[in-house]
Amino acid sequence: MTYYQKWISFYTIVRKDVLRMFRIWAQTFLPSVVTSALYFLVFGAFLGSKIGEVQGVPYVMFVVPGLVMLAVITNAYANTSFVMFSAKFFGRNIDEILVSPTPPWVLVSGYVAGGVIRGVLIGLIVLSVSLFFTHLTIHSLFVVVAFLVLTSIVFALAGLVNGVYAKSIDGINIVPTFVLTPLVYLGGVFYSADALPGIWGTITKFDPVFYVINGFRYGFLGTSDVPLLLSFGVLAAFALVFFGIAWYLIRTGLGLRQ
Amino acid sequence: MTDLALEINNLEKTYAGGTRALNGVSLAVPQGDFFALLGPNGAGKTTLIGIVTGLVNSTAGTVSVFGIDAARSPEQSRATIGLVPQEVNVNPFEKPLDILVNQAGYYGISRAVAVPRAKQILKDLGLHDKGGMPSSQLSGGMKRRLMIARGIIHEPKLLILDEPTAGVDVELRRSMWDYLTGLTKKGVTIILTTHYLEEAEQLAKHVAIINKGDIVEQGTMEEVLAKHPSTPLGAGDEGKYRGGKLEEVFLKLTQNPT
Repeated sequence: MTYYQKWISFYTIVRKDVLRMFRIWAQTFLPSVVTSALYFLVFGAFLGSKIGEVQGVPYVMFVVPGLVMLAVITNAYANTSFVMFSAKFFGRNIDEILVSPTPPWVLVSGYVAGGVIRGVLIGLIVLSVSLFFTHLTIHSLFVVVAFLVLTSIVFALAGLVNGVYAKSIDGINIVPTFVLTPLVYLGGVFYSADALPGIWGTITKFDPVFYVINGFRYGFLGTSDVPLLLSFGVLAAFALVFFGIAWYLIRTGLGLRQ
Repeated sequence: MTDLALEINNLEKTYAGGTRALNGVSLAVPQGDFFALLGPNGAGKTTLIGIVTGLVNSTAGTVSVFGIDAARSPEQSRATIGLVPQEVNVNPFEKPLDILVNQAGYYGISRAVAVPRAKQILKDLGLHDKGGMPSSQLSGGMKRRLMIARGIIHEPKLLILDEPTAGVDVELRRSMWDYLTGLTKKGVTIILTTHYLEEAEQLAKHVAIINKGDIVEQGTMEEVLAKHPSTPLGAGDEGKYRGGKLEEVFLKLTQNPT
């Protein structure tokens, strides 16, 4: 395949996924709008006034970046894990791509691009919802955009790996429920690591999502519990590792070919 | 430049559970041939096809498609092959036109080229008025035709049909064979697996019979039929059903393999 043909194949994978996610918008976009509105209502309007300020800003403003990342992470992950799993499990239409000359890296990139588009769109939607509850300041637009995209890439890749490996519908639910959700909730969505007592502040720093949320929060508030470059480094490292795993799985056919 | 469309040497496959599907199969399919690969259920036909198309990893042996080593240059090899699988595996939510255009996209064919080509193929296969409805609403025969359309949308030089007429009525089968023999006249090599042995006997120039992972006979149809003359009716056989010549050979070789 020439590079142009690879581009067409990549575009085909992405286009198909984007059309799918818009066709079932009530399943892909609407839940995050409802959930985030409830979070903003509870933690902003109800509890926020009692908590006061965190890192020098109203509590509702503090939790916005974390809640945006919560939605971005779960949606980017769910998109690729579900699309891959359903393509290989329900009717085996993944074979349409596997029999084609599309190289593994194009397949991985195409699926991940779909996850990134959904993650970024969800991020923008949740940010828009937050404006009904608080005003937002942006310290660095570059950092905001970079973390939004990089986080979507990392978790779309992780979801793809999960989708390739999953052997049943439980296989794509176990990781989000028992791994991803705890990591996100314990990663500082609702609190600053400085506020945690004793060892918990240290334990939190072993959670990769902690760096995601702090980096993204820095883009809005200009404050972070850890250096920005460290957050970038952790995300970039995870992106490389997960891309390598996804590429290897599809190249060798583990989980896909017999 | 080889005059073989497909050359298989000592191909072996043992599945993870220990099931041995192929025991060193060797096969040669001339370019432009209509080749019948016959065998009872579980003989290894679909495994062999899976290895040629990249859906199954082989344990040992080599596969060469138009002189291209399928293991060394899988993408180049796959670009020349079209597959019509045994199981219906089209996405039920997608429309036939989209399925064909997307499939073309995976082969690097732009939408500008793919859309008119897809419409023409749908017309040729009698599906022109079904292009815009979800494929789940198509009848069984229509889905079979759609799978053929998907297998040829990228104009492959080698078309592999794995039981394409299973469950298809007589009239439709005839029109499908007319269409497919038309492709061989244009130079397309066809490999067919089927349990309708009368069809294979009439259509195929060469035939190979596989049983329990071994090729038990191969050659031109005339050679194979001449090599195994029909056994005369025995005492008490009067009134029993007797199939065509190939069916008799097939039963002789697969029930009492030499």
